Amino acid sequence: MRYALLALLAEGSTYGYELKQAFERLFRPVWPPINVGQIYTTLGRLERDGLVRSREVEQSGRPDKRVYELSDEGRTALANWMDAPVEGTRLKNEFFMKLVLATLAGTDPGQLLDRQRGEYLQALRDLDTLALETEAESPARLLIEGAMLHLQADLRWLDRCEERLGDGLSRFRAVGTSAKETKRNAATGENPSAVEETGR
Amino acid sequence: MTAIAPVRTDILVAARSRLKGKGVQPMADIIEARGLARAFVTDGVVIEAVRGVELSVAEGEFVAIMGPSGCGKSTLLHILGGLDRPSRGEVFLRGKRVDSLNEGRWARLRRKEVGFVFQFFNLINNLSAADNVELAGLLSGAPLSEARRRRRELFAALGLEEVAGKVPSRLSGGQQQRVALARALVNRPAILLADEPTGNLDSESTREVLNLLRQYRAEGQTIVLVTHDARVASAADRVIHMRDGSFVGETRIEDSRDRSRLLSSLIDLEV
Repeated sequence: MRYALLALLAEGSTYGYELKQAFERLFRPVWPPINVGQIYTTLGRLERDGLVRSREVEQSGRPDKRVYELSDEGRTALANWMDAPVEGTRLKNEFFMKLVLATLAGTDPGQLLDRQRGEYLQALRDLDTLALETEAESPARLLIEGAMLHLQADLRWLDRCEERLGDGLSRFRAVGTSAKETKRNAATGENPSAVEETGR
Repeated sequence: MTAIAPVRTDILVAARSRLKGKGVQPMADIIEARGLARAFVTDGVVIEAVRGVELSVAEGEFVAIMGPSGCGKSTLLHILGGLDRPSRGEVFLRGKRVDSLNEGRWARLRRKEVGFVFQFFNLINNLSAADNVELAGLLSGAPLSEARRRRRELFAALGLEEVAGKVPSRLSGGQQQRVALARALVNRPAILLADEPTGNLDSESTREVLNLLRQYRAEGQTIVLVTHDARVASAADRVIHMRDGSFVGETRIEDSRDRSRLLSSLIDLEV
């Protein structure tokens, strides 16, 4: 939320409550509901870091209001964030770990692939339904379409994994068997290349 | 793009009551394949496109067969619809063995009981959209007045009334596929077979055609679709994964999972 607030303040100084409303106009329904307290907490941190300044403004007959504005450092921080491309690889894939370790754990890698494919297909259906429930002009639609394209790539990757498993004695299975060999070889003092591969 | 009218349920209700009239048990298998295989010989080399497939599709079920190109899924679909003959195995349509029928009988049965939708629409280019659909009705033996009445109902349901008089080449891809869908459904087939029906459509038309298939599915139409596209497959109730001529996995897809947190799970709230 930090950079969103910096960007909203780049337009001009304003109050916490207006920031909350502007934020919601931009991000609903993508972002979960926020309360004004979260806005003030984030503004407090930004001020502590010197990216935002604030001052009290007197109001007749009502409590004082605090108005926030962007500092030069804040403007620079925002520009730096905008200018830096987002990291290309976003694959933090727990499934990869499961697949490599499946044979060791006594799980059939084929079934593992099947279950994961089912989960991805269900997620695709859920997102497609969500897209229908979301206005076509909403920025949320772009986010949903992006997520669906990622899922389609994930499914293609599962196909690649399956092809590798299908290539006779697969590399994944080989890793599993060579782990047993490692123990046996350790006992005999041998050190064939299979052990090196396991260690990598 | 023309807006799509909701699907007319009365057409499908009528189709189902017709089914009951024939004494068919509800939820019976509409189509069943046992030990299905198909081999081709090319330059002396035998290629086994389909190897021992077992398949049962229940009445009202929407099944997608998914796999890469060359996995045998289109060959399988063609065998199910009688456009090709198996080398081994049996095909039953509503419990009746059909693969052993002679060509003439199979062709007559197919016109009434099997609707086909193809990737490249396969419409007749010098006939209007309306005539394409009515011709399919006439070929199955319906009188012209009946073929026309059904065609009008389908065009109303599919949002095609305004393009009825145009030839296919004057229509968008999405419109052509809707005409092809109307043609496939005009004889109220027991089963709709779709071969990569969105393979030649843009993203928005794909969504449109998938919605229509899901609407007809909701009204009880049995559908078997083959595709390499996971998004298309995810519209089905059951997805069968096919590779090298065999079924290698199967998954069921639910209609409603909680989507309330789905959107916010897609963004990085830390930024």
